[in-house]
Amino acid sequence: MHVRLEGRARVLGDDVNTDYIITSARKRETIDERVLKQYLLETLDPAFAASIQSGDIVVAGRNFGCGSAMEVAVTVPLAAGIRAVVARSFARTYYRNAINNGLIPVECDTSVIREGDRLIVDVGSDLTVRDETRGVTIAARALPAHMLRILEAGGLVPYIRAYGGFEVTA
Amino acid sequence: MAGKTVSEKILSARSGVDARAGNVVVCELDFALGTDAATPMAIDYFDAMGGSRIRQPERFAFSLDHYAPPASAKSAALHDRVRAFARGHGVHVWEVGDGIGLQLMVESGRCRPGSLVIGADSHSTMFGALNAFGTGIGSSDLAAAMVSGQVWLRVPETTKVWFDGTLPAGVHAKDIILALIGRLGQEGANYEALEFLGPGAQSLSVDERLVLSNMSVEMGAKAGIFLADHTTRAYLSTRVVEPLTPVEPDADARYAREIAIDLSVLEPQIARPHDPDNVVALREASGTRVDMVFIGTCTGGRVSDFHQVRAEVEASGGIAPGVMLVLTPASREVLLELVRDGTLEALTRMGAVLTTPGCGACCGTSGVIPGDGMTVVSTANRNFKARMGNATASIYLASPTSCAAAAATGMLTGPHVSV
Repeated sequence: MHVRLEGRARVLGDDVNTDYIITSARKRETIDERVLKQYLLETLDPAFAASIQSGDIVVAGRNFGCGSAMEVAVTVPLAAGIRAVVARSFARTYYRNAINNGLIPVECDTSVIREGDRLIVDVGSDLTVRDETRGVTIAARALPAHMLRILEAGGLVPYIRAYGGFEVTA
Repeated sequence: MAGKTVSEKILSARSGVDARAGNVVVCELDFALGTDAATPMAIDYFDAMGGSRIRQPERFAFSLDHYAPPASAKSAALHDRVRAFARGHGVHVWEVGDGIGLQLMVESGRCRPGSLVIGADSHSTMFGALNAFGTGIGSSDLAAAMVSGQVWLRVPETTKVWFDGTLPAGVHAKDIILALIGRLGQEGANYEALEFLGPGAQSLSVDERLVLSNMSVEMGAKAGIFLADHTTRAYLSTRVVEPLTPVEPDADARYAREIAIDLSVLEPQIARPHDPDNVVALREASGTRVDMVFIGTCTGGRVSDFHQVRAEVEASGGIAPGVMLVLTPASREVLLELVRDGTLEALTRMGAVLTTPGCGACCGTSGVIPGDGMTVVSTANRNFKARMGNATASIYLASPTSCAAAAATGMLTGPHVSV
């Protein structure tokens, strides 16, 4: 598998919890991500959703996606056209939900990336982030092999359709 | 070869392989919970996966708790989807008013020592209070579990949290876990299991242990596990008929690190807006005016919590004018016990507001939503901005006793009575 994503960096801070990505109160009315995307990150920045361009790459600090395990926090950014999140670290449930839905979680040092930078994310046997604006390439933590297989299958739905269960060896 | 932690033992038993920290294993699950907040989406994934039947429907339960009662036709429709799916597949449903699914898993004896219990709810770490490996997953993993009966897990490293001493009067479980969250931070135990050990851990009641295990996830922990002892056995004696199979760590188990805490010197803590790790001693925040006090949730809605609230409010002469004291029992069992012992009569006579057992006002999905600019002090586990449905509200987290002291005085303050 090799995927190359190019897009504009949209920079957030540390500890962006899933309630900030999409609030629990919005979700009680609908789980349709095409509706919910107008509220993406509204608590942090009410203007964020309207400013999103398809292909934008979310960049964050530590512990992205902490808090609730709600999966709309992954499906809503995807519906808004975001294909990857680059963060210093992820909460475990967010990382897992991201892979399951084909949102690529990229874990690396994000300190040099600034709002609006042009980024290229290469996903393959190595995972790298190229910041074209700064002229630097950042090595990211490789995806665990069993998770890469889920991502290669196209997410957990096609993976389970294909295999009926999990085949992971230690 | 070193010995094993509780997590390594449970995940070895459920995967059939010699599971060590860092390994990825496929486990047969003992039980899985889906709430109304996660199950409608899991049904969509299940259908998309081509799911026709749930492999072991007796190992699943769904709870209608986040939207209890439904405050809109759309929330009610989400409930109806869950009910219809459960009927078709033979899955047990806890109805609106039965309570919080996490609490019902514990009360009903479905969560047992030594078992692997997953929940499509991040606070499923709570099951560790009864010596289960409990962890949260999303809707897609719940759907995969319904199709396959399996879940994959990376075996976590374990931090040993050793408690000495016993809690002073007026200091409670919430104060212990807030102190720990404040010390380690929101990412301080990411991907790890915590084992709560030592004489101080054994001195805690089941209600108290549930609070610590539940809020382990506020540090990113994958599990927060106690040992099963006489307290665990006494609690489960009327709830589980089969012999219990508790799991203990080996004497030479390998831990990532050890943290020691002396409970006897702890004082009341409080998490300030808008993060659960923004913790200080309560006295440092005292004097802050409070508009609403919320007693409820999976970390503050149990019988002992309401007893503490009653004692504090009564000793202080009632609820301060202008403060709304909202009570939301964690379950119908809790509600009925509080009816029987007069606690609800005492508190509602003093002016408290009673709402339906369930998640209530915790995440802005049912119950009372604070007004603009209001200050709330709550027994819940999260105080993120907008968490309760209003981004202009300020939410503090504290023990039931500290919350009650705020209800009685209209401001954050140390408790009046020592209960």
